[in-house]
Amino acid sequence: MERLINFIYEYRAFLTFLLLELSCSWLVIENNQYQSTKYFNSSNRLAANILGFSQGVREYFSLRTINEELAQENANLRTDLERLHQLEQNYFPVNQDTIRVDLYDFVSAKVIANSTNLYKNFITINKGAADGILPGMAAISNDGAVGKVKSVSENYSVLISLLNVDEQISCVIKRTNHFGSARWDGLHQRYSNLLFIPRHATPVVGDTVITSGYNAVFPEGIMVGIIRKANLREETNFWDIQIELTQDFGRLSFVEVIKSRLKNEKDSLEQITIGVVK
Amino acid sequence: MSRTGIIQFILFFVYVLFQVLVLRNLVLFDSAFCFLYIVFILLLPIELNTLALMAIGFVLGFTIDIFYDSMGLHAMATVLVAYLRNYWMATITPQGGYDSGSSATVASNGLQWFLVYALPLVFIHHLVLFFVEAAGFTLFWYTMLKIVGSLLFTMTVITLLQYLSPQRRRI
Repeated sequence: MERLINFIYEYRAFLTFLLLELSCSWLVIENNQYQSTKYFNSSNRLAANILGFSQGVREYFSLRTINEELAQENANLRTDLERLHQLEQNYFPVNQDTIRVDLYDFVSAKVIANSTNLYKNFITINKGAADGILPGMAAISNDGAVGKVKSVSENYSVLISLLNVDEQISCVIKRTNHFGSARWDGLHQRYSNLLFIPRHATPVVGDTVITSGYNAVFPEGIMVGIIRKANLREETNFWDIQIELTQDFGRLSFVEVIKSRLKNEKDSLEQITIGVVK
Repeated sequence: MSRTGIIQFILFFVYVLFQVLVLRNLVLFDSAFCFLYIVFILLLPIELNTLALMAIGFVLGFTIDIFYDSMGLHAMATVLVAYLRNYWMATITPQGGYDSGSSATVASNGLQWFLVYALPLVFIHHLVLFFVEAAGFTLFWYTMLKIVGSLLFTMTVITLLQYLSPQRRRI
């Protein structure tokens, strides 16, 4: 017993080192698991306030562009609204159950921290559980898909950016309707990859890639990117496709978080039918 | 708490705030990062034992992790540097040993000694940081580029700060 204690005392530095490194590894691995509500990230109030201050200073220099983008988005939405209005009045008088129409709810939020050069990039926004945001919801912007909510606190949330090597979203090529997954390779912040497009598909450079709506996180038809390169190698079953993201993550300032009203219903139906737990 | 203790305590917050407010936004060519906060561990008093160093390193790394949303990553790299620091310092003891109560600065031991001291430790820190973040070696060369770029950037800032710090220089 005495020798054991002596041994531990002798190697106390090394043993503490091992203990600390093991707990760090555990934290790293734990953090890679998808979706969780944790306290020790940038959604905690103090950290978010400090980061918000830093972002506020940065943003001051791009107010003009942000204004122009918002005005442009407003104009686009007005055009769409007017068109739908006309359609409804003149051609298809709609009288439908609101639950079929109001599938999604949007919460607008400001970006208070964002990174684009790491392998695992996250975005912190200034809306949280108080505004009904839950882990797993999708976030989009005027230009396209942005990411999924990873964790929330009372007033802030952290999103997994599309620029995160762990993140995949279900997409379709708009022209041919073949579906696959978009996943970032960690290299360039404007480009991502589209995986699992089968050999018999015929993607061409310039095709639009949009979200598929299959997993009910993203609504159908949100822009993701445009195909920039498409190669088919001899030995593989799938195309190697590089897409240019329509969202420039370096300039992200506002996002909209999407609350899907029917996600729970859809998931539980799928779970009963095919036993898939998402 | 002693005078040095209080100064180090304040410096801790200065390094953390400078890292998350300024350096977090400062990335050169999309690949060179500056993780200046590691110099806090390197410049702690020479007599400080490894256990205390590792505890401070863990707290420092963990605080940085909160702001980078990377639970455990910076803590892991910083604890490793804190563990190795005293052994490395003992290996490269200059002729005549260290002055008691001093810290490992250019002012007390000269530029050449300081580079030999800091460069490998910062390199190890970046090596662990980027490879653990990449979770493997699939992007080996790109990760190496990031490591070398960041090493140059961080070392330049660390060395420049040595000449700007208000310590009395020994000639």
